[in-house]
Amino acid sequence: MRALLHNRRALIGAGILVFFGLVALLAPVIAPYSPTDINFTPMLGVSRDHLLGTTPQGQDVFSQLVYGSRNSLEVGLITAAIIAVVQLFMGVFSGYAGGWVDGVLSSVTNIWLVLPGLVLLIVIISYVPSKGITTMIVVLAVTGWAWGARVLRSQAIALRDRPFVEAARMSGESRWHIVLFNIVPNMFGVLVANFFGAALYAVLAEAGLDFLGLGNINEVSWGTMLYWAQSANAMLLGEWIYLLLPGLCILLLGTGFGLLNFAVDEVADPRLRRN
Amino acid sequence: MKYLARRIGLLLLTGWAALTFNFVLPRLMPGNPVETMLARYQGKLTPQAANALEVAFGLKTKQSELGQYFTYLGHTLTGQFGVSLTYFPEKVTTLIGQALPWTLGLVGFATVVAFVVGTAVGVLAAWHRGSALDSIMVPTGVMLGAMPVFWIGLLVLYVFAFKLGWFPVAGGGAGGQGLATISGFGAVVRHATLPAITLTAVSLGGYIILMRNTTITVLSDDFVKFARAKGLPERVIATRYAARNAILPSFTSFALALGFVVAGAIFIEYVFDYPGIAYLLYQAVISQDYPLEQGIFVVIIVGVLIAVFVSDLLYALLDPRIRVEARS
Repeated sequence: MRALLHNRRALIGAGILVFFGLVALLAPVIAPYSPTDINFTPMLGVSRDHLLGTTPQGQDVFSQLVYGSRNSLEVGLITAAIIAVVQLFMGVFSGYAGGWVDGVLSSVTNIWLVLPGLVLLIVIISYVPSKGITTMIVVLAVTGWAWGARVLRSQAIALRDRPFVEAARMSGESRWHIVLFNIVPNMFGVLVANFFGAALYAVLAEAGLDFLGLGNINEVSWGTMLYWAQSANAMLLGEWIYLLLPGLCILLLGTGFGLLNFAVDEVADPRLRRN
Repeated sequence: MKYLARRIGLLLLTGWAALTFNFVLPRLMPGNPVETMLARYQGKLTPQAANALEVAFGLKTKQSELGQYFTYLGHTLTGQFGVSLTYFPEKVTTLIGQALPWTLGLVGFATVVAFVVGTAVGVLAAWHRGSALDSIMVPTGVMLGAMPVFWIGLLVLYVFAFKLGWFPVAGGGAGGQGLATISGFGAVVRHATLPAITLTAVSLGGYIILMRNTTITVLSDDFVKFARAKGLPERVIATRYAARNAILPSFTSFALALGFVVAGAIFIEYVFDYPGIAYLLYQAVISQDYPLEQGIFVVIIVGVLIAVFVSDLLYALLDPRIRVEARS
């Protein structure tokens, strides 16, 4: 923990997260208008009333950007949390349990790993009748857990035969008790790094699906902003602010998660640490 | 041999799982979406085609679920994906056949270039750890990995095709026979340049970070210290000792990277209106053309499985430990 406070990458990453967290929380205070209000003159330029102009549909771009942070943060954090729970079972428990349990679970992981996630995602989404944030989160979690599970499994296997785990086994603790109270605390860094990696994946994939129009296009998110920009031919109209800023926000938030992922990894793995 | 057998086993198992998933998914969904689709296309299809579709998706058929499953497996394995709805009466296989070469070219180019360049940069960054290069490359790598592919595509398109007019805005250039002529070939290259560069750029990041971190790990190993103690030149240690061992994890993560490239290709083909298979998949999804969608899904999965299998074989070729382990 203290090492993280001295890690510049971790600090920048955390700073970005805190920034977007505050924006999302205070959205009603920061945004001058409702993001769905379509009563403005379309395609206004930058002005005092509309800091970043208005969209071809007549919404305030700045208000949409501010509210869009809610969607991305929600999807990123909740998906990552669900993925962490799945990985705890498919990775940590599987690796610790060994034997046929591990055989079955790790085969499932290996199969899942090879299937291209986004293709799976698009195909599943195309069959789901109701499109909304809940559907999105579930589908993202279903398709995004496998890589981390494999990493966590190998960590659990490495810890399995260590003396303190052996001692817990001798004292008759149950399998899940050992996993949660002996194994997990000793691989906490990897778990946290994984969490941020999963959040990055979720933010990017969600934005992408929204951009393709496969999410709920009436929800305000950075991805749907780009979807509407694209379908209104913002490029040909020269509305570059409308094209540039949502993507920049996605990139920034993604970089925040990515930096934290990298930094925690660095702190948790002594071999990557600088001496 | 045992290694090979295990890889083939996994290949077949994964292929089977994907096919089964493809079969089960439409039947799992509430309010069978296929029924809605058929209602939408009514009148556009011949009665035989509509009937064939109903049977294929388990509507109005007396066959048991299990019977349907085996019919489906048989049809898929013999490449019978039926007809497309949006491009009726075009066959799904014909459409895929037209689109596939475009994607193979694009994805193949991006994968190879990103792997080679990313690996080289990663080794350099690790070797000069803490240098200016390293401290620039790590955040660059992280940022490249956090880049929304479609957005970068849009920006590239806006600047280089729309504003500067250096490259065409959409399409792939004339394919087929047009490729044989110099101007036809030139058109294809010009159309492919922007999508290929974008796809390469976004897949670079992962390789840089992975290679840098594994190289750093390898550099602290005893055999590298020993090589140093022997007085070998630094360059030889970097390439023949460190990089050679660090590259192995890059091969095992090929499956992940390939999934990433395929994902990138979907967005890129969409943004650049590129006539490849991913764009076709997008169109199939948007217009709920389920037969076309299923066919493309199978083709992409098979393609990825074959690529991963080949990378596994290369891995065994590069790492003697795998072969020895499997033999004992």
